[in-house]
Amino acid sequence: MSDVVERTLSALPGLLGQHDPGAGPGGGPGRVSATSRLGGLIRSITALSSKHEEEKLIQQEQTNLKATVSAPTTTLRLMKECMVRLIYCEMLGYESSFGYIHAIKLAQQGNLLEKRVGYLAVSLFLHENHELLLLLVNTVVKDLQSTNLVEVCMALTVVSQIFPREMIPAVLPLIEDKLQHSKEIIRRKAVQALYKFYLIAPNQVQHIHDKFRKALCDRDVGVMAASLHIYLQMIKKNASGYKDLTESFVTILKQVVGGKLPIDFNYHSVPAPWLQIQLLRILGLLGKDDPRTSELMYDVLDESLRRAEINHNITYGLKALTYVIQQDPNLALQHQMTIIECLDHPDPIIKRETLELLYRITNGQNVTVIVQKMLDYLRQSKEEYTIINLTGKIAELAEKYAPDNEWFIQTMNAVFSVGGDVMHPDIPNNFLRLLAEGFDDEKEDEQLRLYAVQSYLSLLEEEDAFYPQKFLQVMSWVLGEYSYLINDGDPEVIITRLHRLLKQTFVTSETKAWIMTAITKMSSRMSCSKTVDKLIQEFSTSLDTCMRQYAFELKHLCENKELMKKLLPLDASCDEIMVDASLSFLDGFVAEGLSSGAAPYKPHHQRQEEKLSQEKALNFEPYGLSFTSSMSSSGFTGRQSPAGLSLGSDMSGNSAEIGQKETNCLKLDGVRKLWGKEGYLPKKENKTGKEDKTQPVPPDSILMGHVVDPPLMQSEQQVVSLSEEEKEKQQLASTLFVGLGSNSAISLMGRADTITQKLKKKSKISETQNSEEAYSFQNTATLPFSSLPDTAPNNKENFQGNEHLGLRKVSLSSSEVLEASVSFDTSQSLTEAGLDEKLSNCRLSTSSLFADSNIEVFQPPQNVPDIVASKAPLSLCLPEELAGHPHSEIVELCSRDILTVYSCKVWTDDCSLLVLFVANNSTSPLKTVNLVFESTEHFKIFESLSCHFPVIEAQSIESCQKCVQLEKVCTEGILSGSISYHLETDTHLEFSLTFSLSDFIRPMKITTEDFGRLWLSFSNDVKQNLKMSPSQGSLSIALNALKQKLKLHIVEIIGNEGIAACRLLPSIPCLLHCRTHARTLALWFRSSCSALPDSLLYQCQKVMEES
Amino acid sequence: MVLDSLEDSIQMQKYSSRLPASSNKETISEPNRKMIKFFLMVNKQGQTRLSRYYEHVEIHKRTMLEAEVIKNCLSRSREQCSFIEYKDFKLVYRQYAALFIVVGINETENEMAVYELIHNFVEVLDRYFSRVSELDIMFNLDRVHIILDEMVLNGCIVETNKNRILAPLFVLDKMAES
Repeated sequence: MSDVVERTLSALPGLLGQHDPGAGPGGGPGRVSATSRLGGLIRSITALSSKHEEEKLIQQEQTNLKATVSAPTTTLRLMKECMVRLIYCEMLGYESSFGYIHAIKLAQQGNLLEKRVGYLAVSLFLHENHELLLLLVNTVVKDLQSTNLVEVCMALTVVSQIFPREMIPAVLPLIEDKLQHSKEIIRRKAVQALYKFYLIAPNQVQHIHDKFRKALCDRDVGVMAASLHIYLQMIKKNASGYKDLTESFVTILKQVVGGKLPIDFNYHSVPAPWLQIQLLRILGLLGKDDPRTSELMYDVLDESLRRAEINHNITYGLKALTYVIQQDPNLALQHQMTIIECLDHPDPIIKRETLELLYRITNGQNVTVIVQKMLDYLRQSKEEYTIINLTGKIAELAEKYAPDNEWFIQTMNAVFSVGGDVMHPDIPNNFLRLLAEGFDDEKEDEQLRLYAVQSYLSLLEEEDAFYPQKFLQVMSWVLGEYSYLINDGDPEVIITRLHRLLKQTFVTSETKAWIMTAITKMSSRMSCSKTVDKLIQEFSTSLDTCMRQYAFELKHLCENKELMKKLLPLDASCDEIMVDASLSFLDGFVAEGLSSGAAPYKPHHQRQEEKLSQEKALNFEPYGLSFTSSMSSSGFTGRQSPAGLSLGSDMSGNSAEIGQKETNCLKLDGVRKLWGKEGYLPKKENKTGKEDKTQPVPPDSILMGHVVDPPLMQSEQQVVSLSEEEKEKQQLASTLFVGLGSNSAISLMGRADTITQKLKKKSKISETQNSEEAYSFQNTATLPFSSLPDTAPNNKENFQGNEHLGLRKVSLSSSEVLEASVSFDTSQSLTEAGLDEKLSNCRLSTSSLFADSNIEVFQPPQNVPDIVASKAPLSLCLPEELAGHPHSEIVELCSRDILTVYSCKVWTDDCSLLVLFVANNSTSPLKTVNLVFESTEHFKIFESLSCHFPVIEAQSIESCQKCVQLEKVCTEGILSGSISYHLETDTHLEFSLTFSLSDFIRPMKITTEDFGRLWLSFSNDVKQNLKMSPSQGSLSIALNALKQKLKLHIVEIIGNEGIAACRLLPSIPCLLHCRTHARTLALWFRSSCSALPDSLLYQCQKVMEES
Repeated sequence: MVLDSLEDSIQMQKYSSRLPASSNKETISEPNRKMIKFFLMVNKQGQTRLSRYYEHVEIHKRTMLEAEVIKNCLSRSREQCSFIEYKDFKLVYRQYAALFIVVGINETENEMAVYELIHNFVEVLDRYFSRVSELDIMFNLDRVHIILDEMVLNGCIVETNKNRILAPLFVLDKMAES
């Protein structure tokens, strides 16, 4: 098939368009005279040289056209020419809607060719939902009934291109008739039209499914082929329903492949290739996950494969191979030389596909070669997507099949340095986790870590080397954790190298934080270090508050080595750490402070508000606010508030003067959080936020030199001695495909498959960890308590007062910190009580807090108190006029810090109301709160999709109501939306809630007579038998259950038969007839809406299962 | 044991957050996704000579799309393969002298089938116009469209037999002559 390109190129010399159009070679039929208007337009279009000229030309043309098409004297012949000119205008991007109606007219009135052009213009101009399309229906109906076959053909063509869904019933019977027409082209086009109907309204052609079967068995190939489109769609939806047709499809394919079709179906001597593809698609769907059906196909598939001329040099072949290989890697062996050629293909797309294929055939023996190929490609690639994709694959392969430690570490080094900061953050995370968790063999782990440390040290030796941030972070973590493994090395040297990095300008402050932690860890294992002292001195005066904070932490820790060792145990990165996120151990301290007259802690934003309000000339809330602000002026809160201390980075300048006693306790939390097992995970959040877009390191980075693996070197050397290109390729092939087939002839290293899954992750949790966990929990619990001995009794007291405090509504101004401790106490006392559900919840929440604790530790001041604020309960109640209606519980939709959204559904007689409450939990008013729903196809929301609150006062609730209507029948749908508000910064919060069909169903009170009359008038019905459990007993019990859950109206029950009625809001009726018979309940729905019975039946099934 | 399950549930949370938000949206729109999205003939200067869209696209977006498509095709050399992954779909193109024929397809359509379809189309044009040229296409835009409509309908390849493709048009021509 590939030589056809050349042949055609030589056959089409005239394409350059230089010759005179009027006297073209061959003088094809129906040529336009160059002097006509259309000819003029075309000539001016070819002469165009700028966009501006084009604009002028088309505007002129449109003016002319407008005049011509609306002139009554315009003949149909001229109108046809106008249509072609209009098509030109639209093709160049200039809307010409003034001509649409004339296209329809032309289709209606013209003779054959004019009519065809009219239809063509309609199909090009209008879209499926265009209102003018309705005007076409009459013409189509007329043409379908015409005695002229050409007109019938045209009508059928346009129907299969574009037709209004709601008018299908008008033409369906006519088209069905055409299925029996004597001419194949009419039958074929009728099937194509039905395919269109199947796509836009599958329900409407349900009754003619057996006619499709007839079309499939049609004596004409074209008609059969047309029916395949419908079958492909139907089988896609429900393969199991058409298994019985497998044999028919196989027979058809056999005939096609066997050359039984008329000769003019051949394409370059291949029998109907497109038909073969279509049949294979269908067989693929039928045979998927079904060996028995597949069995039927094997013969013919084999036959088609044998006859097909697979073209290896193009992506297609490779792709096919990639798919085949998933089933049977041995097949790749047959094509290895082709694949090798593709690897050196100049086209990057083909190269990428080849690598994709290699990735799939990787095993323990060929991993080094394949990864090398991937790295080569990676170095040349500039595209971000490719880098992300490939680095992920390489990391995965390296982790799975690494033959030894050195190779693994060096490969990962290459990945980090090339992948840089664009690669997926999971890669460094997984790598570190792998190092930390290790494998079953303790010695092996140590060697891997040792090798990593050594390799990083040598990398850092380089004076001016540049590495991506993520790589530096990995290095510093590994050095911090495992540098002690080097026995002969001087830790001072390592620290010096890290120190040097800190002074580099390309190192971001986030990376600096990683480096500082590494240095802190290392210094805990040394008695004293000059470099560390120097470093502390240097950064104690740094302008970067974070760095300054670290320096001080390090300084204080160095003064207390005992504590430091306890804090930073060796190789403890895998141990779980419990974090007292609410800082409950400070309760005593706080209580003491409060009792001696200190002002309660205020969150940052509150302080700022107050400051602002003080500066304002007019104070609108004179009492409340002025009182609190006078309290805060004491300055106590600023410096010694417990939350403030742990949030080092927030502090302006006085962090230097923190009392040592407090720092010790607090840093226990802060520091440990950083280095915990998940220690680097919180950082990830930072990263994704910033998303460093650093360009990957240039391809010729020094690192890459290391990654040449022994097998390849070896093979290359051999090749050199042979010095033949072909041999080289064969050699490469043997290394690439080794391990794929045990009896492969080419495979030089063809020994038995031993897949070395060396670096397989082991499951994380061991029993020892549990005990360590317990230890660390105790650790965090007791240490702070010992420094504040009188905490315990206080805690108890607070806990008892919990209920009382929790119910406080407006008096938030007292102590938020106190409340924080209370909320945590609950979990503690429950721990003592035993293991129940609540316990696991509490634990869960503490550990999940831990997971993102980074936010609390590093950036941000207000988070801790804000969590507290959200707990403040506010009273919620429905407006009086709604309270009387049935309604759902008021549930929390979403919540963040200071704002909570609650929702409640109210089911009134004529609509479903959604009442949303927006609660401001903070002590300051919220401005410009906007609530917006996303529009969905299922629901319609009245009057608008949004709701706006200019201001929500502190500690108050605003509500809004929306009437929700079901737009498209479904059993369940999700309505989502978002709320945004402004407080210091713009915040955006998303929520979603589920509506089910039953929310929109209301009883319909009718009499038995009405029921009978309506029953007969509805055409859409669904029947289903349901099993009843013994508890459901009689019909009346079952019906009552349905009545309650689905709000049906029971019209009458006679013996074992009952009838009920309901309506879908606003007023689509649905009737139900049910009958019980020997533990089955026969349900029969009828409605005027086609989708409603199905969905309602589903709801009934659910109710019956639940009750 | 408690810790085990706790760990598991945290893991679960992590994974579940990674799952795609909802899969039911896709099934709704699925039947309407056309395997062939558009069929274009554009020359090297970027001038559109024929365009047929099987999915509705706003007119002003069409010109932008066409410009980008031709830019993509022009940037590739003859040695490179004829398939381009473009946004969420694929382009299959062939070049005949100064004219590019570009077809946009979704991931379910077979690139090779479309690649050969283009050639089949050109062969049909060649037979009808006896040695087709760019100007033939321009001066007979309506007829080229009629031919294409016989071959591709509704985003599907419906006829590939040259005799059958041309039959309706020959009839129309004969009628017009008489």
